[in-house]
Amino acid sequence: MRKRIPLLRNRHLVQRLGFSLLTLMAALTVLPIIGVVLFIIKEGLPAISWEFLTAMPREGMRAGGILPAIVGTLYLTLGTAIFSVPLGVAAAIYLAEYAPENRLTRLIRIAIINLAGIPSVVYGLFGLGLFVLFLRFGTSILSASLTLSIMTLPVIISAAEEALRAVPQAFRTVSISLGATRWQTIRRIVLPQAMPGIITGIILGLERAAGETAPILFTGAAFFLPRLPHTPFDATMALPYHLFVISTQVPEMPFQIQYGTALVLIVFVLSMNLIATIIRSRARARRQW
Amino acid sequence: MNETLSWKEYLITRAIKVTGYSAIVFVVLIFFFLLREGLPTLAEVPLSTLFSIRWYPIEGYYGILPLLSGSLIVTLGAALIAIPFGIGTAIYIAEIAPRWMREILKPLVELLGGLPSVVLGFLGILVLSPFLRRLLDLPTGLTAFTGSLLLGGIAIPTVVSIAEDALDAVPRSYREAALALGATHWQTIWRVTLPAARSGVLTAVMLGVGRAIGETMTVMMVTGNAPVLATSPGALFSPVRTMTATIAAEMGEVAGGSVHYHVLFFIGLVLFLISLAVNVTASAIVFRTRTRAERILS
Repeated sequence: MRKRIPLLRNRHLVQRLGFSLLTLMAALTVLPIIGVVLFIIKEGLPAISWEFLTAMPREGMRAGGILPAIVGTLYLTLGTAIFSVPLGVAAAIYLAEYAPENRLTRLIRIAIINLAGIPSVVYGLFGLGLFVLFLRFGTSILSASLTLSIMTLPVIISAAEEALRAVPQAFRTVSISLGATRWQTIRRIVLPQAMPGIITGIILGLERAAGETAPILFTGAAFFLPRLPHTPFDATMALPYHLFVISTQVPEMPFQIQYGTALVLIVFVLSMNLIATIIRSRARARRQW
Repeated sequence: MNETLSWKEYLITRAIKVTGYSAIVFVVLIFFFLLREGLPTLAEVPLSTLFSIRWYPIEGYYGILPLLSGSLIVTLGAALIAIPFGIGTAIYIAEIAPRWMREILKPLVELLGGLPSVVLGFLGILVLSPFLRRLLDLPTGLTAFTGSLLLGGIAIPTVVSIAEDALDAVPRSYREAALALGATHWQTIWRVTLPAARSGVLTAVMLGVGRAIGETMTVMMVTGNAPVLATSPGALFSPVRTMTATIAAEMGEVAGGSVHYHVLFFIGLVLFLISLAVNVTASAIVFRTRTRAERILS
């Protein structure tokens, strides 16, 4: 007679159960994401019209378009790029090409990890304290962009450093042996090779900045401003903050406008995500090393 | 080498070195400004008031305990969701999924990481909270539990991507050795791969939890904003208010330099110190295991 194996001793059965459980967990994690995106597209699409994208809000934001919010988010994203890209890429070059392996470098790395972990609302407080009040930039695009830049910095530095480190050492050795200086080697050889990775990191960093609300709450966001900002010292409406305002602060807000705004925001953010993914996979396919 | 070139190169190299330290400079600056604006609290508000259970700034009650408990309970709930699902998904992606599935799942999880938190809060208000209110028969759907569910979703991408990297970094030979000894694929994952990657998985959990504590917009929108001290597990199903939400909701309406303003910066300081502790511990784990691995391999 065959001896019965206790249920949980049967390791192949356990494996099958375990794998099913993990598959189920992965599905429960991923399916809601698809659901959320499809739901917003479905509910928001009817609101999208030429007027919605290009007109000023009217009737206490309950009608008209969201142009100032779209333009504001564009300005903030550009402003963030102006400050964070040069600084972030230069810092990454330092870490990847110059930094010695010592205590100080380790401290820099810990600082980067910490910057990445600081709550976004704390960045908002910092921006309020330093840029708005201490430096007297006021509630403005400038203050908000600077605040978002510092928040974006760790993302750009880590991604760019990784891209630079991925360039094989042989490239540098050959360049130096041909008589190029260290900077010429970095500028002409290493940077171009690492460029797709760096750009991907920049876009992912800016994507995060474009979708953030908490850091701009008290540094640059305007509740309602039915005109486009003229100078960097103007406050501005922004898509994420506008979505927050119309979904919590304005009574009797038509659902369609809320979903429409959410749709424009996620299209803005996810198209950046998509561009980054495409650049990365094309560069990976073309890479010869 | 001509003279101008080396001079230019010297300047560029200098500039790059200076920017290298920028991360340290910014962490110090942030800490400094939080101290500058937050520490006056200790002179203006008696400690017994600060650590009391009543938050009602208009009448001068600045008890931060309800806010601490609010953050704690929402984060705990989020961790209970994000840790199993995050690690489970990471194991599935790294060890079980076929290649084509990986290529689909990884960008999807990244996509969740890229969704603005305000969008999740928005759906929380319009869809999730009415649904939970009916499902659980609660007086309001804006509760700590609603916040935990959404916050779990926000923390998952962090947990998945770091844990998956850690599992990926486990040498192939470990798995091959286990399989060669007759272990099943499942036993290999459970007894060999996961333990070998444990420091990375631990880092993933810590950073995921850190992400949850600091999240602002979603919790402000869906947790109901009631600064009530959580005394029982039942508080999970009632409205709470977190530290982050308090700052975001009230900072816009206070006068610069007032007591209320200083207390909000003080709360910011507490949040900063929590994230500092989480991240320094997490990076200490990473550095320690790296040096240990280097010792063994050398």
